Amino acid sequence: MTGVVPGGREPLLRVTGLSVVFDGFRAIDGVDLTVAEGELRFLIGPNGAGKTTLIDVVTGLTRPTEGTVHFAGRTLNGLREHQVVRRGVGRTFQTAVVFEELTVEENVDLAASFRMRLPALLRRRKGRSDEVAAVLDRAGLLALAERPAGVLSHGQRQWLEIAMLLAQRPRLLLLDEPVAGMSRDERERTGELLVEIAREHTVVVVEHDMEFVRTYASAVTVLHEGRVLTEGDMASVQADPRVQEVYLGRSRDTRAAEPVGADADAGREREGVA
Amino acid sequence: MRRLREAADAVASAAVRWRGPVVFVAVALLLLVAAPAALSPFRLELLAKYLCFAIAALGIGLAWGKGGMLTLGQGVFFGLGGYAMAMHLKLAEAGPGQLPDFMVWSGVETLPAVWEPFRQPWFALLMVVVLPGVTAFLLGLLVFGRRVRGAYFAILTQALAAAFVIWLVGQQGLTGGTNGLTNFTSFFGLDLADENDQRVLYSVVAVVLGLLYLAFRQVVASRFGRLLVAVRDGEDRVRFLGYDPALVKTVAFTLSAISAGIAGALFVPVVGIISPALLGVVPSLEFVFAVAVGGRYTLAGAVLGAVLLNYGKTTFSEHYANGWLYLQGTLFIAVMAYAPKGVIGVAGQVRDFVAARRGRAAPAVVPPARVEEGAAA
Amino acid sequence: MNAFLNQLPIGLSIGAVLLLVALGLTFTFGQMGVVNMAHGEFLMAGAYTAYMLQSWAGRQAVLVALPVAFFVAGLMGLVLERTLIRRFYGRPLDTLLLTWGVSLILQQVARDLFGAPNVQVKAPTWLVGGAEWSGIRMPYARMFILALAVVCVVAIWFYLARTKQGRRMQAVMQNRELAACSGIATSRVDQRTFFIGSGLAGVAGVGLTLIGPVGPALGTYYIVDAFLVVVAGGLGQLRGAVLAAFVLGLLNSYVEYWSDASLAKVVVFAVIIGFLQIRPQGLFVLRSRKLT
Repeated sequence: MTGVVPGGREPLLRVTGLSVVFDGFRAIDGVDLTVAEGELRFLIGPNGAGKTTLIDVVTGLTRPTEGTVHFAGRTLNGLREHQVVRRGVGRTFQTAVVFEELTVEENVDLAASFRMRLPALLRRRKGRSDEVAAVLDRAGLLALAERPAGVLSHGQRQWLEIAMLLAQRPRLLLLDEPVAGMSRDERERTGELLVEIAREHTVVVVEHDMEFVRTYASAVTVLHEGRVLTEGDMASVQADPRVQEVYLGRSRDTRAAEPVGADADAGREREGVA
Repeated sequence: MRRLREAADAVASAAVRWRGPVVFVAVALLLLVAAPAALSPFRLELLAKYLCFAIAALGIGLAWGKGGMLTLGQGVFFGLGGYAMAMHLKLAEAGPGQLPDFMVWSGVETLPAVWEPFRQPWFALLMVVVLPGVTAFLLGLLVFGRRVRGAYFAILTQALAAAFVIWLVGQQGLTGGTNGLTNFTSFFGLDLADENDQRVLYSVVAVVLGLLYLAFRQVVASRFGRLLVAVRDGEDRVRFLGYDPALVKTVAFTLSAISAGIAGALFVPVVGIISPALLGVVPSLEFVFAVAVGGRYTLAGAVLGAVLLNYGKTTFSEHYANGWLYLQGTLFIAVMAYAPKGVIGVAGQVRDFVAARRGRAAPAVVPPARVEEGAAA
Repeated sequence: MNAFLNQLPIGLSIGAVLLLVALGLTFTFGQMGVVNMAHGEFLMAGAYTAYMLQSWAGRQAVLVALPVAFFVAGLMGLVLERTLIRRFYGRPLDTLLLTWGVSLILQQVARDLFGAPNVQVKAPTWLVGGAEWSGIRMPYARMFILALAVVCVVAIWFYLARTKQGRRMQAVMQNRELAACSGIATSRVDQRTFFIGSGLAGVAGVGLTLIGPVGPALGTYYIVDAFLVVVAGGLGQLRGAVLAAFVLGLLNSYVEYWSDASLAKVVVFAVIIGFLQIRPQGLFVLRSRKLT
């Protein structure tokens, strides 16, 4: 559907028949997903639906039990994390992980420099490259460039993560709950940043915050218990009774039924990047 | 008034910027001019020995302080460099076609094949760097490549040190066994018994230390240095920046091994011996201990620690040999528990305290307090 | 062939000692993230306990010493845990260096108390000599050490699997926060683990007096290999430790026998590096909080 560009061109990301099993628990159960070049896609679903696990598989953090991941026409299966990044897939993390002892600028600069060979890396950084400056500016961190990243607030860290991701110049950006834990103002700013980024990039956003999704999402994929429940534009997804049943309408009931899945998702978070 | 303040600020920022180079030049003058003039040949030789340890400490500062790799096998690399140099000196002394003295004593009749190329000075000098470098590089690829890290890595390097020493002791005819290689009379034309030549040798050690310090500074200040710190504090996150942390760590580990090798090679003519007792588990731990005392997070701290601790050891154990072990043990516990940033860190703490007392903000150059937490995690 | 089989009791008894030392290490490492370099000195303390008891118990000192050494070494471990190590949980590298300082001090204490030269503990007469079985010599002393290890492992297994305290210990090892939330007094569990682990090293020390002299540096000969057992066996893994200890013990003794004593450790090291290529986290993996 949304993933297939008219004319049958190969989508940028194509996930087929993906399953992930953790100790007998099927975190992902036969997911197909395509994302076309230039798309802004939201992945939503209740806790434990497998959203983060899906991103983990695409980026090489988790090995799939079954299924394939194709990116730009080549398989990503079996590649290690840094090799996936080198193919052009970048991601952020739910709990923003930045290098606290390095300055904001150094964080971004490292992200921008991974294509350098060792001899070039061994040279000192001379001033600020235009590229790094532009990214810092876009993320609203220019004034904080010289400060150690450890002093940043939660929201600023998330922006720094996004800035680092942009500096990598990836072809596909995967954002994992970019507004989790943010204040209303921060969420708004992040949304604007997201819209701006999506103009020039292919972006997949995992999000929990329904208000945020309603405001910024056009194309949405709903995951539930490791499967794709439905896909479409925000209006049709919201209108879908199945979605209302598992997710939107029943938030109080689902909470009681969730612990197993929620635990698994939280487990991913912790293990992912500690 | 404002111009005055601007001028004061300019002076202050210049002081911050030039502090490093000024200290470096002052220490260089102290080591190269003042020390040879002021110290007796005996004391100068001891200082040369400490400076050799300081060269090895540079590598530990890089690998452990910046990269978080606790390497407990530096004795191995120190030994590889040391033996490479010692083999050449023994052969040069024996003369063409002759066997080194210890081989004659232990009944070896023909020179083992591995010894032969060490007759060539260039080969020996090359091996001083290549042997430790290649060993560390291969070990690093195998270990870091499989994401074996932290205490596992430390334990493995320690096991390597133990195995290396036992092997050395067992190869009597090849390595001189427990006695090691000793009795050197000359070093590339320098007469090791001559006081003037000893001074020249000392200067060589000091200059090598200075050059390696600058080289390692460059590594630390480069993007690679930042990357190394990033790997220390969040190896898994670094992968998602598109770098392979295994490679980053392997390179830093290799550099640290090379510095230990060079230190060992210079140690041989300075002290006149290389033997298994200098290289095992305990001496390897002592290398690290010295760096911890000085301050592992800066190269200057590592160098300072190596000189201070070995000076302390010599002075103290001259008088109370047994007491030294108690002191060393207690010092170790105290440093790990109360001063994880070492002597240099304590200086920083005092400076902060004084600055706070004067009611001024701490200068911008003080590293953030996060250093400790990040490394401990 | 007989020479080959004669080597078997030697390898097995070395494995047994490694196992007893490694058990304490693997549990304290797995449960608390503590790398205790002073653990070898508990072994040494156990051996000297047997030596001290000789004047009172004569040739039966070894037997009497087993429970006493367990208690002495256990108590030392407990004191170390309470006074120092407790403050460094989850910081393996720092504890490694810290406890090395402790190890230096303990060795020097032993040197001051008992003198630097090695001392001998006389084995009970019924442990002198050995059995011959179709041409294979089986020294009683080595069989005794092996039996000691078997008894200890069975006891530990029983403790872990069948007692309430043992199950609590496993719970803390697997997820400390969750265990604490479920009302387990984790610090009590930690103390118990330390006591038992250190005590086992003391028992191993008593066993060692049967096959060699006792000196202040006794622990240093075993600590590195015991850590390799932990690395190869997997953190906090009883099965892994048992398997790795005996494989390492046998490997050591057979390489020594076939080639050259000085090569054994190099070969063992190479084998472990090779093994880590296949199983980087050791034989068995416990899913627990991350230790890096």
